[in-house]
Amino acid sequence: MITIDVDMDKCQHYGQCVFEAPDIFKLNDNDKLEFVATADDSRRSDVESAVDVCPMQAISIVE
Amino acid sequence: MSKSVVIVGASMGGLRAAEALRNNGFDGQIAVIGEEVHAPYNRPPLSKEVLAKEVTHEAVAFKLRAQVEDVIWNLGDPATSVDLEKQVVTTASGKTFEYDGLVIASGLRPRVLDLPNGKVSGRHTVRTLDDAIGLRAALVPGAQVVVAGAGFIGCEVAATARGLGCAVTNVAIDSYPMIRPLGELLAAELQRRHESKGVNFRLQRGIKDLTGTDSLSGVILDDGDFLEATVLVEAISSHCNVEWLANTNLDISNGVLTDSALRAVTTEGQSVDGVYVVGDLARFANPLFDDEARRIEHWNIPTETGKRVGAALSAYLAEADHFAELAAQTFTPLPTFWSDQYEMKIQGFGMPGLADRYELVDGELSDELVMAYFRNDVLIGVVGIGMTAEVMKYRKQLLGT
Ligand SMILES: Cc1cc2nc3c(=O)[nH]c(=O)nc-3n(C[C@H](O)[C@H](O)[C@H](O)COP(=O)(O)OP(=O)(O)OC[C@H]3O[C@@H](n4cnc5c(N)ncnc54)[C@H](O)[C@@H]3O)c2cc1C
Ligand code: SF4
Repeated sequence: MITIDVDMDKCQHYGQCVFEAPDIFKLNDNDKLEFVATADDSRRSDVESAVDVCPMQAISIVE
Repeated sequence: MSKSVVIVGASMGGLRAAEALRNNGFDGQIAVIGEEVHAPYNRPPLSKEVLAKEVTHEAVAFKLRAQVEDVIWNLGDPATSVDLEKQVVTTASGKTFEYDGLVIASGLRPRVLDLPNGKVSGRHTVRTLDDAIGLRAALVPGAQVVVAGAGFIGCEVAATARGLGCAVTNVAIDSYPMIRPLGELLAAELQRRHESKGVNFRLQRGIKDLTGTDSLSGVILDDGDFLEATVLVEAISSHCNVEWLANTNLDISNGVLTDSALRAVTTEGQSVDGVYVVGDLARFANPLFDDEARRIEHWNIPTETGKRVGAALSAYLAEADHFAELAAQTFTPLPTFWSDQYEMKIQGFGMPGLADRYELVDGELSDELVMAYFRNDVLIGVVGIGMTAEVMKYRKQLLGT
């Protein structure tokens, strides 16, 4: 399993992460980010892509 | 013997290329040569929230992943030349780095005004962490700040400086701030919003000279007007960092021309095997729009180009069968940009600057909104202020999905 952390002080709810891993990140009806905090190892590459595209560099994979 | 890659430029493009080489199985040596002393960091916050708080490397540094742990970082020592025949890069300190694969990732630097009394202190640019640290110290409450240039970076600095209690005047040759990417309607509205926050604009004006003996005391405009100023921020445009490529036959007329695999192209139009370009410097055609090669100075491009180069270059170095197929694939990254000014979250996709028509398609001009941009009646870009979910619908359309 991998653990995902989003620094909510940094996150500006741009939603770029949603395109990379829609099963993990989504914007709710108020355009606010919601995410699943743990995922299977097989999702690592898509979560890394989400880390890459986040303009605020708010997402991290907790090692 | 195992092969080696040299990456020139230790910023986002260079880092993403290094990661992608490893992710695609390249296990030879990777050396990254950087002019700045800092490990790769994220630039956008330097004109936005980090400038408003405290600027430190820690606040903006990219996390270095395990894949790039064994990369050799040669920092604070720029490349000064390359011999494409002998495949060797030389640095300012006289070190030489041989390579089988070369990644050009040296980016841009700000252009500064050439002024008769240009030697006064108080002049700033915003490209590097050190620039931002210097500027942050100058943005004290009550400082009289003139920002030259009304593009995104100039407008972000203006907004941040207002937030810090500075008096701000924006001087630019354009008729409205950010007009080139956004068009007149939205640009005029954004000017109104900046003015309501207390920014003064002197548009369609240039700066003729500065006053002050040691430190800056004012700015003289080309219409003879005088503005008192203790701080001048120059955000007018950029130079490409290609001087180290001057003795090569690469087409460096504007950035570095590439083919669709992002291989550098010579002035004769020949792709050079093993030499690739990423980030702000890469000038490539994007079939999403047309066949004209352009540089795109947006933050998502270092990542998109870095990934493509990592895949292509690792296949080339491994002499993999799929290299030819990979190199021939089209490259169609969707330009993505955003800007934070005051409470506004501006987000854009595509190339709105190429549009011949635009239309307010959602929201209100004075509030949150979505603007769609068309060329020959085809959607070519979208820009939103807020309204993320609505903007994303147009993004989907731009991607043709
Ligand atoms: C203040 C600021 C705010 C921005 N905000 C946004 C934004 O909100 N949204 C957006 O989409 N984009 C934004 N951008 C643009 C984005 O940051 C760039 O597109 C991105 O940094 C380009 O990355 P790069 O790696 O290609 O080049 P760069 O980041 O320019 O890196 C090039 C590196 O190479 C080094 N170098 C130069 N010459 C040599 C040499 N001879 N040898 C070795 N090293 C060399 C340079 O010192 C530099 O470290 C902003 C840029 C700035 C400066
Ligand atoms: S991309 Fe980053 S800033 Fe945007 S919603 Fe995701 S975590 Fe937040």
